[in-house]
Amino acid sequence: MDNRLDVSKYIIFAENLVKRFGNLEAVRGVSFTVSPGECFGLLGPNGAGKTSIVKMVYGFSPITSGDLSVFGESISQHARQVKARIGVVPQEDNLDPELTVVENLLVYAGYFRLKKEIARERAREVLEFMELTEKADTAVNNLSGGMKRRLTLGRALINQPDLLILDEPSTGLDPYARHMVWQRLRKLKEAGTTMLLTTHYLEEASQLCDRLVILHQGKILEEGTPEGLINSHVGKEVLELGVGPEDRSTILAEAADLIKDNQILGDNLLLFTNMGEELAASVARLTATRGIEVNYRRLRPSNLEDVFLKLTGETLHSVPGDD
Amino acid sequence: MPKITAILQGVTTWPDISWPLVVRVFLRNLRVFLKNWKANLMFNFVEPILYLWAMGFGLGIYVTEIHGLSYINFLAPGLIASSAMFSTSYEMTYDSFTRMNYQKTFHAMVATPVSMDDVVMGEILFGTFKGMLYGLVFLVVTFAFGLVESPMALLVPVPLALLALTFCILSMIWTSVAPNYDSFGYFFTLIVSPMFLFSGIFFPLENLPMGVRYLAWATPLYHAVEVIRPLVLGTLTWTGLVHLALLLIFVALTIRIPLAMVKNRLIQ
Repeated sequence: MDNRLDVSKYIIFAENLVKRFGNLEAVRGVSFTVSPGECFGLLGPNGAGKTSIVKMVYGFSPITSGDLSVFGESISQHARQVKARIGVVPQEDNLDPELTVVENLLVYAGYFRLKKEIARERAREVLEFMELTEKADTAVNNLSGGMKRRLTLGRALINQPDLLILDEPSTGLDPYARHMVWQRLRKLKEAGTTMLLTTHYLEEASQLCDRLVILHQGKILEEGTPEGLINSHVGKEVLELGVGPEDRSTILAEAADLIKDNQILGDNLLLFTNMGEELAASVARLTATRGIEVNYRRLRPSNLEDVFLKLTGETLHSVPGDD
Repeated sequence: MPKITAILQGVTTWPDISWPLVVRVFLRNLRVFLKNWKANLMFNFVEPILYLWAMGFGLGIYVTEIHGLSYINFLAPGLIASSAMFSTSYEMTYDSFTRMNYQKTFHAMVATPVSMDDVVMGEILFGTFKGMLYGLVFLVVTFAFGLVESPMALLVPVPLALLALTFCILSMIWTSVAPNYDSFGYFFTLIVSPMFLFSGIFFPLENLPMGVRYLAWATPLYHAVEVIRPLVLGTLTWTGLVHLALLLIFVALTIRIPLAMVKNRLIQ
């Protein structure tokens, strides 16, 4: 097999990746590839195995079984060379709190053995790119959460990485700070940086990722582009209806040809469709003629959250009569 | 038993060390230390001076002489050693634990070409530096008090380095299994303080009952004191080399252990 040729094409090549901690199997046979210039997302709730996967990719934790190459190399055998080409933004900020912003960058550059002049120049560029130039001499302890995050992201760029790994890059940030981070990431993407991103923000995934996998309990449920996944699983729109359980089957049966799929969420029935207006009209007629009480009604564009709900809702608590 | 095997996994293998990167880790800690070195240095060094005053001048009046020395002459060289021991032990417990668990500094470093073995070796290098620094500062104090009797005192860095290394290793081992900050209380109460009291700093060991004396011989601090005191007083004999050799052997045999234990704690 010319497996080797195949592997070297990809920035990341993972096949049947397994990670076990004692009896807990955090990652259960995950396969994916990331091509140069791509932003690839791992989407899933907490505990889905996202962080375990990225920690294996950047060589922090050893793989239990399976194949993993980064830049066509095995990370366990060439850890230092591979890590020299990666930038990591971890889930929790781990900056040097006593040092200033610029010192953080220079110290980090030292770990990559960058020459002093080059490190200075890169630090200057990074500060400018991250809009932190004014804070260069402020101690990290005195920065806001959003600024710390930007510095963590900037620090990961100091070695001009060929692969940027982002583990929940905007978790815990306020909306303004989050958009600041997303803007920077989009710029990096436009410049052709390959990215591996984990998130449980569906908006983040749909804004940034070219391709993504949905992870649940250590396994890949689905893979595709954000729009592709939305179209194939839930259609363009969602009609949320607050109707009692006894009336749900009537609505589902009568409007079946307009409904792509459905899901129960709390007290609401979610109808996934490609024909939102028609469905809304038809349901309105139906509820009026049959005297069905509707407490809540909303037609909105569908999003990855619906895909996620659709995919995981079934496996978590399948609804009788569903499908 | 399986638990101990897991904790010590890899201890018999050659560590993955890149010395230039070990130095980077050391420099990172040094840079943080220099941020407020004055305050840092002050606290660690006021304490032995208080001891020197209280015991040397206070108690010393009632102790006429030990081995033909005034009490303060006997005491001061021992405090050089204990000063080094305490500063190294604090650095490699509370401070290393903070970097390891709360600041996640170790995690940040190993996401770069730095390996976990580089990180721990860099920590040990810094702990050794700190112990030597505090020991040497106290040597200067001793000199200022007019208690240094011989130019051989210039060789004090040698036993100090070995002493500090020893306590880096012991402290790091404890830190690698410590569940929280409180557990360091045990380390200081059960290991460090008894050594401070029973390693021949305050009184010669021959005053102790035989059993306790053997225990003292098993402590690294005792061997360091037995080299440093003769260096300061100019009474070094060949037995000094035996004490040095014992410290060296201890370091050589055990330095691999904290590298493996920290790695096994953090990397899963």
